[in-house]
Amino acid sequence: MPGNKTVSDGHIFQFKNCRILRNHSIFVEDLWVRDGKIIDPEKLFYVEKGYADFQVDCKNAIIAPGFIDVQINGGFGIDFSSNFDDIEGGVQKVAKGILQHGCTSFCPTIISSSKEVYKKVLPKIKIKAGGRDGAEILGVHVEGPFISKEKRGAHLLENMATYDNGFSDVLDMYHDISSVRIVTLAPELPRSLDVIREFVDRGVVVSLGHSMASLSQGEEAVKHGASFITHLFNAMLPFHHRDPHLVGLLASYKHPPDLRIIYYGIISDGIHTNPCAERIAHRTHAKGSVLVTDAVAAMGLPSGTHRTGTQMIEIQDKRALIAGTDTLCGSIATMNQCVKYFYEATECTMVDALESASLHPARLLKITDRKGSLDYGTDADFVMLDDSLNLLATYIGGELVWDSKLGYDRVVNHGTRRI
Amino acid sequence: MRLVILDNYDKVSEWAARYIKRRILDFEPGPDNYFTLGLPTGSTPLGTYKKLIEFYKKGELSFKYVKTFNMDEYVALPRNHPESYHSFMWHNFFKHIDILPENAHLLDGNAEDKVAECEHFEEEIKKAGGIELFMGGIGPDGHIAFNEPGSSLVSRTRVKTLNQDTVEANARFFGGDISQVPTEALTVGVGTVMDAREVMILITGAHKSYALYKAIEEGVSHMWTVSAFQMHPKTIFVCDEDATLELKVKTVKYFKGLMTLHNKLLEEKSVEPSSKKTEE
Repeated sequence: MPGNKTVSDGHIFQFKNCRILRNHSIFVEDLWVRDGKIIDPEKLFYVEKGYADFQVDCKNAIIAPGFIDVQINGGFGIDFSSNFDDIEGGVQKVAKGILQHGCTSFCPTIISSSKEVYKKVLPKIKIKAGGRDGAEILGVHVEGPFISKEKRGAHLLENMATYDNGFSDVLDMYHDISSVRIVTLAPELPRSLDVIREFVDRGVVVSLGHSMASLSQGEEAVKHGASFITHLFNAMLPFHHRDPHLVGLLASYKHPPDLRIIYYGIISDGIHTNPCAERIAHRTHAKGSVLVTDAVAAMGLPSGTHRTGTQMIEIQDKRALIAGTDTLCGSIATMNQCVKYFYEATECTMVDALESASLHPARLLKITDRKGSLDYGTDADFVMLDDSLNLLATYIGGELVWDSKLGYDRVVNHGTRRI
Repeated sequence: MRLVILDNYDKVSEWAARYIKRRILDFEPGPDNYFTLGLPTGSTPLGTYKKLIEFYKKGELSFKYVKTFNMDEYVALPRNHPESYHSFMWHNFFKHIDILPENAHLLDGNAEDKVAECEHFEEEIKKAGGIELFMGGIGPDGHIAFNEPGSSLVSRTRVKTLNQDTVEANARFFGGDISQVPTEALTVGVGTVMDAREVMILITGAHKSYALYKAIEEGVSHMWTVSAFQMHPKTIFVCDEDATLELKVKTVKYFKGLMTLHNKLLEEKSVEPSSKKTEE
C-alpha cells in the first residue's frame, strides 16, 4: 500500500472505540488528531483523501476536553505565593503534577502579597504551552490584594491594599501585569469601576471576591465588565433575601446583553462548599459554573505531617489541617475529584460536570477557539475517563502525558499503524 | 428479473446486505481486482448500510478493495451541509468501515464546470472497469437517482433540474424552507446504471407500491424511469410486503414461490472451481 497521501507531514491519529463529549452531549464517535489539533475526519476523507496513520483503541472510554483550573495556589509542596527559590521550577512541578488530575491548562494563583513579592514572582511566571513537562500555563490569577479586609480569609492583613488613585496604583502594586489573566478584587473599594474597565480593556478577566459587596455593587461591577465570582459563597457576604449580595448575581437580570453569562468559581471538594449550596448554584445558573480546586501546597502530598513554607500541616484523608489542630488550612482537592464530587453532589448530567471543568472556564477566559471543547481546530487536550468519571489518561496536543496504569515515565505514544 | 419479497423493512435491509456481502466475498477482491459498487442515499438503504457495517465490525467483510460510486449529489449545497449526500455517506457508511478515501467516488455538486464533472465521473467508472453491482432505491414516482419522470432511458451522468414535487418533498430536510432546497442535482443517468453488470433496487412501504407495479407489471416508460430495468439482463428488486399492494396476486405468488431459490443466492458457494476464475 502507498503511504498516507495527506498534504501534511504530521501523523494522523484516530482514537476509536470511545464516546466523546461534543456539542453538549456524549456519544459514540472517533476523535481524530493531527499536529496537536482536533481535525474533521470527513474533510480529511473527502478533501485531502487522507486516513489515519495510527489507530488507538480507547476501550470504550469517555473522552472529554482537558480540565482547566483557574484558581490553584500550588501543590506538591509548592506554594506559588511564597516559593522564591526556583519560581519557574516550582510552577513547572505543579504543572506536571496536575496532569494526573486531568488538568491540561491552569492559572497559577498568587494570593495577596507585598509589592516586592509581586515584582519577584510575576515576571517569572510566563504563559507557556503545555506538553509532557506539564499543563499549559494560561497566565496568572492574582487574587488580591485589592480586597476587603473583613473578608480577606487567610490573606494577610498587612498585604491589603486599595487603588484610590485608580489603575496607576494597580500597576504600582503588581509591577508587571503582562502575564496576568485573572484578577480577584472587591468591587466595593473606591475607584473599582474604573479599575475594572481598565483591566477588561487590557484583556484581563475581572473576578469579584473576598468582598463585602451588596448585590447592586456587584451588578455595577458586572456592567463595567466583571465576569467572574471567586469561589462562590466563600469570603463574601451570605445570601440574604433583602440583599443577596454577590451570590445574587447568579440570578440578576441586570447583566448587560453582551455579557449573557456570569461565571462563578466553585470549590467542589465536599468540604469548602456544602453540597446543598452547590445544588442551589447549579440549579440557579448551570451555565456559569466553573470548577476550581483553590488547592494549596499540601495538595498532592501523601498523608502525614509536612512543612510548607513556615507552616506545619497535617494531611488526614481529604483534609489539610494546621498540624495539631482541627483548623482547615486550604483545599487539597484535585480537579478530577472536584468533577466527580460535583457530578454526585448536584446530580447534574455528566456533560454539565465535565463542561464545568472545561468549556465554562474556557468561555470565561475567551479561549474557546483553542481550549475547552473537542471542536475541530482546537487543541487536542483531552482526558479519558471511565463511566464513574475516574481518570484513565491525560493528553496534551494529542500526546499521552499521563496514564493511570503507566504514570508519567513509561508513557509512549500509542496506537497501532493502520496499514 | 428477480423479485424478492420479504416481510418488512428490516428483512429487506438484511437480505440486501447479505447479498452485497456474498457478491463481494465471491468476487475475492484484491489490489488488482477491485469490486465496484454503486450506492444510493436516502432512508431506504439506511438499514442495509447498518447491516454492512455490522458485517465489517464482525470481521466478515472488508471494503479495502471496494470502489464505490454514488448515484447523485445536490448542486451548490456545501459538501459539509448535513443534507448533502457527502455527509450522508460519511455519517451512515464510510466513517464506520475501512474503505479508502481514494476509492469512494461522489459527484462534486460544487464543481465549477458541472458538465466536465459529470463526464469525469463516467470516465472514472469506466477506468474502474464498470460497476459490478449497483444498488438503488426509487421515489414514489418511480425515479431512480435523480432521473425524474420524463428522463431519457439512455441518459448518462448530467446536471438535472429537480421537479417541483421533489423540491417540495425535500423542504422538510431544510427546516421547511423551500427557498433553501437545492433545485438542481448531478446524477448518474438511467443508461449509466443500466451499464452495471447487476442492479439491485430496494423498494419498501405502501407509498411505493404503485411505483413497483409500474416498474414490473407495466411496460417500459420514461415516465417511470425504474421500469427501464425490465430491459436489464440482471436486476433484482428487493421489496417488503407493503410495497406489493398494487401487484397482482399472481405476480406475488409466483415470486414468493421462488424464495427458496433466491435465498440460495446468499449462501456460501460450495467449492465449485468452475464458477471462479481461479486459473487465469
